[in-house]
Amino acid sequence: MLLRYLFILFIIIPIKAFALIEVDITRGNLNPLPVAVSPLSIDNKSKENFKKILKQEDLGSEISIVVENNLRQSGLFNPLDKNAFLQEPDVANLKPRFEDWNLIKAQALVTGKVTFVDEKLRVEFRLWDVLAGKEMMALAFTTVPSNWRRVGHIITDKVYERLTGEKGYFDTRIIYVSEEGPKTKRIKKLAIMDQDGFNNKYLTLGNELVLTPRFSPTNQMVTYLSYFRNLPRVYLLDIETGMQEVVGDFPGMTFAPRFSPDGKKIIMSFAKDGNSDIYTMDLENRIVERITNHPSIDTSPSYSPDGKQITFNSDRSGYQQIYVMDSNGKNVKRISFGNGLYGTPVWSPRGDLIAFTKLHKGKFYIGVMRTDGTGERLLTENFYQEAPSWSPNGRVLIFYRETKTNSKGEGFSAKLWSIDLTGYNEKMVETETDASDPSWSSLLSN
Amino acid sequence: MNLSKILKNGFLIILASLVLTACATKKTTTGQMQGDVYTGTDSVEYLASGVPDRVFFATNETVLTTASRETLRKQAAWLRKNSDINVVLEGHADERGTREYNLALGERRANSAKDYLMTYGISSDRISVLSYGKERPVDSGSNPLAWSKNRRSVTVKAN
Repeated sequence: MLLRYLFILFIIIPIKAFALIEVDITRGNLNPLPVAVSPLSIDNKSKENFKKILKQEDLGSEISIVVENNLRQSGLFNPLDKNAFLQEPDVANLKPRFEDWNLIKAQALVTGKVTFVDEKLRVEFRLWDVLAGKEMMALAFTTVPSNWRRVGHIITDKVYERLTGEKGYFDTRIIYVSEEGPKTKRIKKLAIMDQDGFNNKYLTLGNELVLTPRFSPTNQMVTYLSYFRNLPRVYLLDIETGMQEVVGDFPGMTFAPRFSPDGKKIIMSFAKDGNSDIYTMDLENRIVERITNHPSIDTSPSYSPDGKQITFNSDRSGYQQIYVMDSNGKNVKRISFGNGLYGTPVWSPRGDLIAFTKLHKGKFYIGVMRTDGTGERLLTENFYQEAPSWSPNGRVLIFYRETKTNSKGEGFSAKLWSIDLTGYNEKMVETETDASDPSWSSLLSN
Repeated sequence: MNLSKILKNGFLIILASLVLTACATKKTTTGQMQGDVYTGTDSVEYLASGVPDRVFFATNETVLTTASRETLRKQAAWLRKNSDINVVLEGHADERGTREYNLALGERRANSAKDYLMTYGISSDRISVLSYGKERPVDSGSNPLAWSKNRRSVTVKAN
């Protein structure tokens, strides 16, 4: 029964998606699946140990809250109120009384157990089909205690994958630009955080302007634009070591960098004498290759996941439009033909769609189209928003939105937002400061 | 020759200020634009007396207007007089465009100003170009007038 329900849930979403008319800004309720996330059970000795190391009162409960928030944020699940739970966590994890869970209308149940073993955190968890009265999945793993939030994310990924048939996107991070100060003198820093906004860390000090950070496929490196010494150039940053180096040291501005899907190259724009073209640099041998050669502005390149094609932004037709070409620069084809201007194309990790920003009649839209330009769908409309980045499973987009200032030029803010591919479940992603230019990592664990 | 140039430039400045005053008196504050190119003086600074530091552009455009060319000729004359001064041309875009495209647009705007200075005899060695895209607006407003002030190329002394 549960399985059938979910099957229906996931067939419905794509059908709805394709049935949407050109501009979809409706907010619909999808009847998210009611799920009970029981606090993970924990024995007193383990509790005391984790309390000492992590300063968390009850780690079992804390991990379950991580899972719960993830599921809620996805918009596909409705985690039920823990106060209504009738069974104790330790009993539930052994053998749930399905009638009790059924009574509170839970269709799926997550239970688990946390123990402190040899200075490590050992977690086991189970996913239950309440209606069928069956265990759907049981997994256990061991890690260092400081990874406890990641444990919650990994559990969510497993639950999400088992119930939807698609890989999750919870054990991931977002790199973005943190913004502070007045609009005319913004201070910008690179920052990195978990997908749910926790473990925020600043990677630069804000002494120079930094823009457009993007992860390498292995999440170890970041490429971005820095105005260090007033020379805007593409840089490479090793997240673990903090080592930075300039990679786009050309006789002019280099910008709009991204990694190739194999992580071996950086593709970027190089602007010289009023003309921007697209280049690649091989990170190993530093060989530079020119990909486009056109007097127009060519920028915002993004590879297809197989590395065979590149989508990019060009104004060769007179205005900003989206193009696709082979990775050697041949077979350039324009794919955006709707009304308005198109920018920031970014290829979906599934390969079938390109997300973009559209400007039309003074409004900005985030949208998607197929890679041949057909099937354009606008997901969200606002005063200003741009720069979508895909979740690793290609189901969610994160982007940033800026507010309109008042007549005195006050009230400016920039925030991260996420939205499902369906156009539903639009949510602000909380950040400590204002934020822009988000880039979603791939799954940290697989 | 030099003297006549100076006189000519001086004449242009007088003429320009007459035109500007005329504009200012004729139009209301919301009318500080021609088409959507800023024609006011709110944000303008001066490299020397009568030598405005910036030129303005239409939306998505990099073409120099008649007024911009006049400003740049004054800058060229000033640079010829002060041959020890080098400049950075800082190109900017308004907030109504995607960040990366705007970086390219700012670079292109600064370069159209650079090209013009070069046709008036200023060596490219003395001019460098720096695009800020939409990162450094002068006016934080979200309205057409603010945007018109922000679409600009500013000539800044580099030494």
